[in-house]
Amino acid sequence: MRRLTLEIRTPEGVTFHQTLAGPMARFLAWLIDFFVTLVVVYALNILVAVMQWLSPEVAQAFAILLMFALNIGYGMALEWFWRGQTIGKRVMHLRVMDAEGMRLQFSQVALRNLLRGVDLLPLAYAVGGFSALVSPLGQRLGDLAAGTIVVRIPHTQQPDIDQLIAGRFNSMSGFPHIIARLRHQTSPSEATLALQALLRREELHETERIQLFAEIADHFRTKAAFPQEATEGLTDEQYLRNLVDVLFRTRSLTPSSKDSSRAAPSDEPQLSQP
Amino acid sequence: MIIDIPRFMESERPHWEELESLLRRMERERAEDLPFEDAQRFHYLYERASADLARIVTFSGEQELRNYLESLVARAYGEMHEARRTSRTTALSHWISSTIPQTFRRWSGAFWLTVVVTLFGAIFGGLAVALDEEAKEAVLPGMFANHLGDPRKRVAQEEGRGIGAQKKDGGKNSATRMTAFSAMLMQNNIGVAIKSLAFGMTYGIGTLVLLFYNGVILGVVATDYVLAGETTFLLGWLLPHGVIEIPAILIGAQAGLVLAHALIGWGRRETLRERLRAIVPDLCTLIATAALLLVWAGIIEAFFSQFHEPALPYAIKIAFGISELILLVGYLSLGGRASRNPAVLKSA
Repeated sequence: MRRLTLEIRTPEGVTFHQTLAGPMARFLAWLIDFFVTLVVVYALNILVAVMQWLSPEVAQAFAILLMFALNIGYGMALEWFWRGQTIGKRVMHLRVMDAEGMRLQFSQVALRNLLRGVDLLPLAYAVGGFSALVSPLGQRLGDLAAGTIVVRIPHTQQPDIDQLIAGRFNSMSGFPHIIARLRHQTSPSEATLALQALLRREELHETERIQLFAEIADHFRTKAAFPQEATEGLTDEQYLRNLVDVLFRTRSLTPSSKDSSRAAPSDEPQLSQP
Repeated sequence: MIIDIPRFMESERPHWEELESLLRRMERERAEDLPFEDAQRFHYLYERASADLARIVTFSGEQELRNYLESLVARAYGEMHEARRTSRTTALSHWISSTIPQTFRRWSGAFWLTVVVTLFGAIFGGLAVALDEEAKEAVLPGMFANHLGDPRKRVAQEEGRGIGAQKKDGGKNSATRMTAFSAMLMQNNIGVAIKSLAFGMTYGIGTLVLLFYNGVILGVVATDYVLAGETTFLLGWLLPHGVIEIPAILIGAQAGLVLAHALIGWGRRETLRERLRAIVPDLCTLIATAALLLVWAGIIEAFFSQFHEPALPYAIKIAFGISELILLVGYLSLGGRASRNPAVLKSA
């Protein structure tokens, strides 16, 4: 069964994740690369036409070898020089990586591109597509042999927290101890879920939106009991907006951060210099 | 638990930035060039970033910081734990003089298997032509259409064409025509070698079928000429490029069989991933060897093999082919031995 992320656990006991690229994103990246090569072929044809003027036979030899080199070398050269990316992969925010998180080797890049021939069979990447769908790390046969995976590079764009409550008064901000407890009990995925629900508000149908916000708000109410004056008169959506605001706006909680800064030195990493 | 995120970031950010700049440097330079102090510092910074990541992981509101640290630790992890030799450390001269022949010999079993399968194909093809006249038409693909007729006629035609063409344009035009022919041969043959490697992914079945089929074609054409009494022409025509081209295709297929061997993994304890990981550099060396040999074979086939008697005596062509073969056998069987032994002695 195909997984969505690859989890790598380092010998130091730290775990990090790589989001695996889906077949659709990879197909689009391939399509972009295909059109790029078409443009290059078109440009080369002009060059060959000029050479034809000098010697048709040499121009033909030049064309054969260049097309062959382009066909074989496009992916290989770009993925090696751009550390796992072609133009299509750059546009789609994808990257070829070593399946064990190590440094990508040239031999791996070469092999995954050379084995494209089997993945293409019988037509339109049927073998490669099927392999990518059934293999646990979404690998086509070339990836399996070369020990590579294709991952999605996450967009690290800071969500616009300010738009959540649009400068209005947040009734929860007066209860830093409850906020601290809430933050302690909320997992990153829960917080992201609430944030994403709010950010995608307009994409949701009205009745489903009300129901969804109610469910999420109920879930968070079990985690932290704000006093009645903090939540009185708040709809589920407003409740969530306030909640996400206090969860994510860690850097703006200036009153509490000033107080806690005194405790911070003990919180410094205790790694000694070698 | 981190109490004050801004302060935590403020105190840690210089370390992350230092790690980043060190990583950028390491990605540019060779790992061996890093001074010992910098390597130690890198280790320290990597562990520190890992510890920071472990602390931030449970912090719900800091997804962006977490993503950043994850990608930083991932990059550093790759550099820190990479034990494989990078290709940049291997000089081209060393690769040609030692790596290629050593790799070839390491998998000599697979090479001999390709020889046996091709020979079987050739015997099959030879017998088919010897016993059945029509077999030739049934077996030979379109690109060998010029071999379908009587070999004696073709020999007469080839020998006549050489004189005619040279008389007509003083050999100038035929040389440019050969350039295109040579390019086409290289493209076609390297394509076949890559296919032989890639079909290794079918547990070697595709590679073996391809080898057998190549053998059949070889057997059909060779037997046809021998039966027609044109053995000298055949040797003079085939040997100069064939002694390089055929081994090159076999080396491509050898890579395919090595891949298949790793996929099947009879009686081996390593996982599939480990088995494949171990052979990736060897596969690339083998296929690159095949490609290099095929470039040479393409040049020879177009510019040398196509000239026949009386322009070029068959004795010279055959002698040239045999010397090439001796050189190739010597290179593959002896190359890299001398430079390997002192290292073995030293480590012992």
